Amino acid sequence: MITLEHYLFLGAIIFTLGVLGIFLNKKNLIIILMSIELILLSVNINFIAFSAYINDISGQIFAMLTLTVAAAEAAIGLAILVVFFRNLGSIEVNKINQLKG
Amino acid sequence: MVLYSLTFYLFSSVAVLSALMVISAKNPVHSVLFLILSFVNASGLFVLLGAEFLAMILVVVYVGAVAVLFLFVVMMLDINFVKLREGFLQYLPFGALLGIVLVIELGILFLTDRSSNIYNNQTPLQPIVNEVENTKMIGQILYTEYFYLFQICGIILLVAMIGSITLTLRDKGGVKRQNIDSQNTVDASAAIEKKKVKLGEGI
Repeated sequence: MITLEHYLFLGAIIFTLGVLGIFLNKKNLIIILMSIELILLSVNINFIAFSAYINDISGQIFAMLTLTVAAAEAAIGLAILVVFFRNLGSIEVNKINQLKG
Repeated sequence: MVLYSLTFYLFSSVAVLSALMVISAKNPVHSVLFLILSFVNASGLFVLLGAEFLAMILVVVYVGAVAVLFLFVVMMLDINFVKLREGFLQYLPFGALLGIVLVIELGILFLTDRSSNIYNNQTPLQPIVNEVENTKMIGQILYTEYFYLFQICGIILLVAMIGSITLTLRDKGGVKRQNIDSQNTVDASAAIEKKKVKLGEGI
């Protein structure tokens, strides 16, 4: 019998894998962006599981909003990556210190 | 019900394993392909939950657009990936510890919080069954109740599009461009110069 908790556990595991990906590949900006996509996917799984559980379609609307934001974030992130690579010839995260913030 | 469980475990285990491969693959191209596999399996889970429209959107948007964009960038840039993997094993024990702690904490949170009425009963998860199909239901609520949200989504996508175009647009020097404004405002006095040329001599 598959209950809500199964889906929440799945979301938790995928979320943790995404966070772990940011920790482990802390030099590779592309993998970090993909890990962020994994985190947003786990959020979507939670939204839709709750939407099915409380029998309300609104959760799917919010999952769609998450999807939109994730697509926009991926596009801008990759654009920044390309500009960064063009300027420095590398995508190592620890070299991104030029903003001097 | 058994078939439902089997399908859930199949999709979720493949999704988790491919998510694991995304963060641990040596080649980023393989990472992108495993990301695609993970998203396809997640969309299978969405179908199990009765969210067919979002499942299809996930396949179209992620596999069709975002993952291809990732693949495009990975293959276009000439990056030394071996150098980027330095320090992976150095952070592995600490990262694994952190991950295990995080999963256990989230699990405890889900399992013990029975006091709230959301988790109260142990009914199996069923897709939303109505006489109206999923896509129609989303359309009915998206264009009425969540109309502003929908428009804000459009603005976000527009901003993302303009932002990524202006970020990557490169001004090359030495390119001769047509200046339509100066072409239109030209008149004869500025364009033509009269000179008297003496016979037998040049200008």
